[in-house]
Amino acid sequence: MTAPRYRRPEGPWEGGREGQETGGGTSVGVVGGSTAGPLVRPYTMTKGRTRPTGQGGRLDLITLVVAVSEGEEEGREPEHGAILRLCRRPVSVAEISARLDIPLTVVRVLLSDLLAEGDLRTRAAPPVTELPEKKVLQAVLDGIRRL
Amino acid sequence: MASADSDTQPTEAIPHAVKIIVAGGFGAGKTTLVSSVSEIAPLSTEELMTEASYGVDDLGGVEEKTTTTVALDFGRITIGTDIVLYLFGTPGQDRFWFMWEELAAGALGAVVLADTRRLDTCFHAVDFFERKGVPFIVAVNRFEGSTEYSAEEVREALDVPEGVPVVAADARDRKSSKEVLVELVTHVLRSRQAAMSG
Repeated sequence: MTAPRYRRPEGPWEGGREGQETGGGTSVGVVGGSTAGPLVRPYTMTKGRTRPTGQGGRLDLITLVVAVSEGEEEGREPEHGAILRLCRRPVSVAEISARLDIPLTVVRVLLSDLLAEGDLRTRAAPPVTELPEKKVLQAVLDGIRRL
Repeated sequence: MASADSDTQPTEAIPHAVKIIVAGGFGAGKTTLVSSVSEIAPLSTEELMTEASYGVDDLGGVEEKTTTTVALDFGRITIGTDIVLYLFGTPGQDRFWFMWEELAAGALGAVVLADTRRLDTCFHAVDFFERKGVPFIVAVNRFEGSTEYSAEEVREALDVPEGVPVVAADARDRKSSKEVLVELVTHVLRSRQAAMSG
């Protein structure tokens, strides 16, 4: 009477959550066969890499990225294509992760690939430790008041 | 933000993104507050917490390792064309402290949502933001059946320093939630000015 160990049918990357648009009707969360356990699967998208490289190392939760051009999707990994489709407008790293249902760690690696290829660009962001400027704070305050 | 010249198509400016943290104990109403003011239905993103995955080349053995997912709920408010504000709820469980570090980095400020039935659940948050120097306010969320405590009583119970606003709120109400955010950003601006003038 042991519970199946690696079965988690409701897992987040078993095919996307209900009501979530993953674009193109394909669930990018499902990669590979069913032999790998759900714990392994996310990193198969990154070929086992768990750390972003290059510019990807500076990606914060709210770093906004945007696709450089429409680009061709041929020959791309499906997840890369899905990210580029989502990034036709500037989108934050956290939103990409949530909308494509790919864990943050994995999204960072995939984004670092696309940044390295020049397919994505990001705002020349100040270091995350830098606090927002006063004029930004004032604009935020005015914006919230307008809600 | 006009650029001197552009190529075939003008490069779209990427807006500035800022974030506010909504902290508090499990069930304090963090996601409720976020959804009251967010322009999108709150999204949930997941971070993997893996004990031993770094440097693993052979995926064959990974099944034995424990991976936990930490969910982060967040909402968005577009402030004009050049600023986007994100509101992040902290993970409810204390064991996910490592996520707080990432959330706090560069945050504009934080709202600590207090549930007067379980005030002890927000001690950690108050302590954390004080230690990190993240400006914060305390919003006392009204719950059905909770005894009404005055802001001063809550301030005293949580040992919130003078100068940190403690306000009453109803996280279900958009106007009330909006006022909480106005209070926070006003407080942040005020503390910034105080720091500048000495």
